[in-house]
Amino acid sequence: MATETKKPDKAAFDQAAFDLTRRRRRRVRAVKRLGLHVLLLGILCIMLYPVIWMTVSSFRPEDEIFGNIGLIPENFTLENYVNGWTLFGDVTFGTFFINSFIITGLAIIGNLLSASLAAYAFARLEFPLKRLWFALMLGSIMLPIHAQLIPQYIFFLQIGWVNTILPLVVPKFLATDAFFVFLMVQFMRSLPPELEEAAMIDGASHWQRFWRIIIPLSLPALVTTAVFTFIFTYNDFFSQLLYLSETQKLTIPVGLRLFLDASGGDSSFGGLFAMVLLSIGPVLGFFLASQRLLVRGVATQGFK
Amino acid sequence: MATVTLHNLTKRYEKSDVPAVEGLNIDIEHGEFVVFVGPSGCGKSTALRMIAGLEEITEGGVWIGDQLVNDIHPKDRDIAMVFQNYALYPHMTVYNNIAFALQIQKQSREEIRKRVTETAQILELEPYLNRRPGQLSGGQRQRVAMGRAIVRSPAAFLMDEPLSNLDAKLRVQMRTEIAGLTRRLEVTTVYVTHDQVEAMTMADRVALLRDGVLQQIDEPNLIYNRPANTFVASFIGSPSMNVFPAGIEAAQGDAITVHVGSSSLHVPMTGQNAKQGLRDYVGRTVLAGIRPEDVTHPDDAVDKGTTNRLRGRAMQVEALGSDELIFFETDAKQADYSRDEEVNTLEAIDGDKAVCVARFRPNRTVRAGEYVEAAVDTSRLHFFDLNTNAAIY
Repeated sequence: MATETKKPDKAAFDQAAFDLTRRRRRRVRAVKRLGLHVLLLGILCIMLYPVIWMTVSSFRPEDEIFGNIGLIPENFTLENYVNGWTLFGDVTFGTFFINSFIITGLAIIGNLLSASLAAYAFARLEFPLKRLWFALMLGSIMLPIHAQLIPQYIFFLQIGWVNTILPLVVPKFLATDAFFVFLMVQFMRSLPPELEEAAMIDGASHWQRFWRIIIPLSLPALVTTAVFTFIFTYNDFFSQLLYLSETQKLTIPVGLRLFLDASGGDSSFGGLFAMVLLSIGPVLGFFLASQRLLVRGVATQGFK
Repeated sequence: MATVTLHNLTKRYEKSDVPAVEGLNIDIEHGEFVVFVGPSGCGKSTALRMIAGLEEITEGGVWIGDQLVNDIHPKDRDIAMVFQNYALYPHMTVYNNIAFALQIQKQSREEIRKRVTETAQILELEPYLNRRPGQLSGGQRQRVAMGRAIVRSPAAFLMDEPLSNLDAKLRVQMRTEIAGLTRRLEVTTVYVTHDQVEAMTMADRVALLRDGVLQQIDEPNLIYNRPANTFVASFIGSPSMNVFPAGIEAAQGDAITVHVGSSSLHVPMTGQNAKQGLRDYVGRTVLAGIRPEDVTHPDDAVDKGTTNRLRGRAMQVEALGSDELIFFETDAKQADYSRDEEVNTLEAIDGDKAVCVARFRPNRTVRAGEYVEAAVDTSRLHFFDLNTNAAIY
């Protein structure tokens, strides 16, 4: 009993009808996509409104700020910028910028050096109790900051580092940011071990292998570390508030707080908005400049 | 330029009971090209990495020249290694990749330039010196990896499956180039591969490993024509050698009769190739092996009227163009010679009939399902002890 072999009926194929349904399907898809974009733009506007309002308000005279939710300033002025910059007499806001950049810069250098060295050890070297140390390091990520705060403060107070930038900078040189160590360990583990074996046979020492092979190839992870360290340190309010007290040593986040008087009296919102706007600039610029490498580092992949 | 000597070389990993390499004894002559071949996991790469110093030696020793190198750092062993994935430094140009070892040695800039240029000339890499590995084709990368090895003029080259990432055509080309290059430079070379064709075509001597144990080390033609045991016999050659259990009957003058299934094959006991050792096995069962090219259509046989024939139904026919492979089912039992602990249990697999592969000329049209009769060149039969699987000579 032979079963019938099914064959296509090529004569019945109608190219025009096929094209028509395809065009229709594409049109429906285009309309759907348009609707989605309108919706997304709407959400974007809602999210951006406060930022735009703040931007506009920084160009308004002080007394007009809170009477107005519109986005077009009636009386354009730059006096908020002038007042904000010079609010604290001989310590201008520029000092806060310089302080922030010094701390942030040192933190980046510290994290890059110490995290990459620690990560290389964990990723490539063999030493006693390596797994235990690694687990401890990971554990330190999970330790809540509130649990560390007071002991840390007492420690730094006793060695006389309070009201200096040392508590904010020195730990970075000791690979205390376990998150970055972990990030780089993962990245270095993904590098083919043959590269190092080849370098080893070529005569390179551990140190040469680290600097000439591992570091150049870990660039995406290093950039990620640099960017995140920048953002975290630059935006860090709490520990800077804790360890810095003299006005000329303050950083941007702590400095901004000075514009507001907790008792509700003499607050300068115009100056605050103006300086907030200025201080967003560096973060935004740094982020945009390194965005491409940053994504590669986070995805921990890259070359073959 | 040196000899490489492996004495009782053994590698045991902590977590494993079975040694990865066991008691390897090989003397590699100066300028010799030795290929380690074997199935994956046979320990060939581990052995190579021990020579390179990338793997610690558990027992035994490695000498490069007259120097025992067990505790000598890889960089001081005067060797160069080519890796399967080439391990080119992706962030460096071809020039710097080749120059890296010399830079580490702190050679002068002019010296480095001179040697890199020479190397690039040999390998025809001059146009690519400023490119990065990512911008090169597979074959070019392979050449850069070679360049990195030869620029140092080391005592020995170690190559770990350097061609396995190339496409088939390029592989054949690079095979010839590498073999030619190492002979021209007269550098001792240890080459690891799982590809028997590479082993047979490139090597001065082939070392066949299985489960960390050396099975045989010999020139390619001896590996092929005088395999030491069933494993060597079946690993080398494609398709594999046919192996059947065979009963040996008393010698009649200059011949011995061997029963394979219902066929009787007369094996001449005269001539250079005669396996005189077979006389000791009269009345017993051995394993008889025959390569497909020695099983031919009767009309193509050396002795056309020969009664040395195997018969059976063709199960499958593979037309290769140059010849035809006929897979036919004999009435002999299947010998499970590959599992050494169980060679003796032929009863256990009773009922399974051994399949014989014959290599016919392409004009001998045979269709699957047809009854086939094939002539066996009995002077080319191999015999192996049923218990030890060792060859009987």
